[in-house]
Amino acid sequence: MRIHVALSLLFGASAVFAGTSPLWLSHDKHFTLSSPEASTNVVATLTHAPQVPPPTGRKKPAHVVVDIEVKEVVAPIAGDTTYTFWTFGGRVPGQFIRVREGDTVELHLKNSPDSKMPHNIDLHAVTGPGGGAPRTFTAPGHQTEFTFEALRSGLYVYHCAAAPVGMHIANGMYGLILVEPPEGLPPVDREFYVMQGDFYTAGGYHEKGLQAFDMQKAIDERPTYVLFNGAEGSLTGPNALHAKVGERVRFFVGNGGPNMVSSFHVIGAIFDRVYREGGTTVESNVQTTLIPAGGAAIVETTMRVPGDYAMVDHSIFRAFNKGAVGTLVVDGDAAPNLYSTKTKDSVWLGDGNPFGAAKTEKKSGDAMASGARVFASTCAACHQQQGQGVGRAYPPLAGSDFLMADKDRSIGIVLGGVQGRVTVNGQTFDSAMPPHGHLGDEDVANVLTFARNSWGNTGAPVTAEEVAAKRANGTPIVKVAQ
Amino acid sequence: MIAAVMGAVVVAIGAGTYRPLFPPSPNEAQIAVAAFSMDKTPATNAELLAFVKAHPEWRRDRIARIFAEPTYLTHWASADALGDAKPDQPAVNVSWFAARAYCSSRGMRLPTEAEWEHAAAASNTSADGANDGAWRAEILSVYSRPSPQVLPSVGGKTNFWGVSDLHGLVWEWVVDFGNATSAFASGADRMRFCGATAAGASDATDFAAFERVAFRTSLHASYAMKNLGFRCAR
Repeated sequence: MRIHVALSLLFGASAVFAGTSPLWLSHDKHFTLSSPEASTNVVATLTHAPQVPPPTGRKKPAHVVVDIEVKEVVAPIAGDTTYTFWTFGGRVPGQFIRVREGDTVELHLKNSPDSKMPHNIDLHAVTGPGGGAPRTFTAPGHQTEFTFEALRSGLYVYHCAAAPVGMHIANGMYGLILVEPPEGLPPVDREFYVMQGDFYTAGGYHEKGLQAFDMQKAIDERPTYVLFNGAEGSLTGPNALHAKVGERVRFFVGNGGPNMVSSFHVIGAIFDRVYREGGTTVESNVQTTLIPAGGAAIVETTMRVPGDYAMVDHSIFRAFNKGAVGTLVVDGDAAPNLYSTKTKDSVWLGDGNPFGAAKTEKKSGDAMASGARVFASTCAACHQQQGQGVGRAYPPLAGSDFLMADKDRSIGIVLGGVQGRVTVNGQTFDSAMPPHGHLGDEDVANVLTFARNSWGNTGAPVTAEEVAAKRANGTPIVKVAQ
Repeated sequence: MIAAVMGAVVVAIGAGTYRPLFPPSPNEAQIAVAAFSMDKTPATNAELLAFVKAHPEWRRDRIARIFAEPTYLTHWASADALGDAKPDQPAVNVSWFAARAYCSSRGMRLPTEAEWEHAAAASNTSADGANDGAWRAEILSVYSRPSPQVLPSVGGKTNFWGVSDLHGLVWEWVVDFGNATSAFASGADRMRFCGATAAGASDATDFAAFERVAFRTSLHASYAMKNLGFRCAR
């Protein structure tokens, strides 16, 4: 009975459809906002990332037609992995729209006949409930239109808001619309379009083949990929961005989400200016800027030093393990005064004594026992417990002709370190030993006495007085002449 | 019970319960579905061609524009010949009006949304696949892929009831597709978009059901789309 009742009601509803369409599904009414200033008619130039349309250059508002086709496409997401993207314009992110504050924007949304899903567009630049979504809900093989006035300047995200909305966004349905302020943005040398998004595939990271959307991972907010411009490698290698030393570069950075908030950072650059969250507040000297899901920022930086700059989400595992990396290659002359080359690279052995510096052995009368302790904590890491050394890196002390030949030189080496080529038992070592002047006279004397009388070595003991005398003469690093 | 009608196989579907994604009212969270019968497969090009020949007012060159948009049956070579369209492919580019007329000519009707959803809730092994995560994930992944350029023939794997092709071949008309629209859209623009759609949904994780509701919501009765077919019930 219930079904019969429902059915008759539904037939009634269908009759409504057969005649005039409900207002919110209307596809043949043409709404046009009229503005006395909007006399110029313009068709918006749309660009795919990373390209940005040129500035509008207009001093007055215009009537701007924006024409976007939604396409569902299978494309690489990483290497040999493909994914079914739902797109504004055939790629992720959607095409960049650039208009001017006060423009009347007539938006045409076409949904490809090959689409399986109905789609729509919610532009955050729109003032009005749903942001355009209810006006543009479009079945496959159909097109809709609506008009809005771009009341407020700023950089705004647009996205599909058809149910289930998270899935439409997770499949890549987002892009950016820039509403220029009346005076335009200050000129720069280059502008780029970068948009982050998180993706949820049934297979793991880099698992090959066509990967299905994984609803549970999306609900749990565990992305398989976090990407710039919809694919791993879309901004690296042959796809890297390019600029020259001295140029000012502006990035229009969006974050489609659906879940992750981006910590956008360019490694080795400080942002001169950040239009925080795409609005009118400009901050200077910013290292990392937070971009919410469904938000955007304009960042500007001046390239002063040549080289490769990595763009990352500084939630850094996303960059390292989920793909959120791009590259800006800057060509030009080196600027060593700003950023030198590596000017030194040498061995550092640490402080050596984990028990603290300048620890002095009390006079115990047992120089050998004391020396053994100093040796174990300070010397054995390189010269080894049995004084045997390590390969060609650290020379042996056991049976060392070099050690035993010159007591005074050995004291000098412990105090001041040694640098240069050393020949021990006929073998050459080209390494370095740091100074150990922080050891007290007693410790230096005892460790040398120990080394000169262990592992088969026999030699005269070294006294604290000898060490003190040597130290008093200065303890420069010993340079061994060959 | 299986019976042949005009060459089509009709399958019996047992009574059951339909849980609407957007219950029309709190008292209708579950809707009883009486036993009924439906075509084992979607209507085919061959079946629709026979219908059009017998009822020439439904030819694409004679149909009133109010009953079908210009894409109606445009995948055929002419108004009364299939050409490259295969006889056993599902009939698509058919408006709600034409689908209803076809079913009526067979003494049948379009299924209700409740009937269709009840039949389609069955997995291969159970009358209710709602708790079968793998089965639900498979449906979602099938929906996510773009429509193939050349549609397969009807007669894929059968489900618990012995019905084929409910998921993944083509979308299908239901007689009360506007019911989805009105439930989904209750309160004007309020419920239909973005995060707001989850509010009031009976199961916010049944994305495939969201997609079917969203799809039905996007339709007008005159629409004729290349991935939208139908089957009959009684």
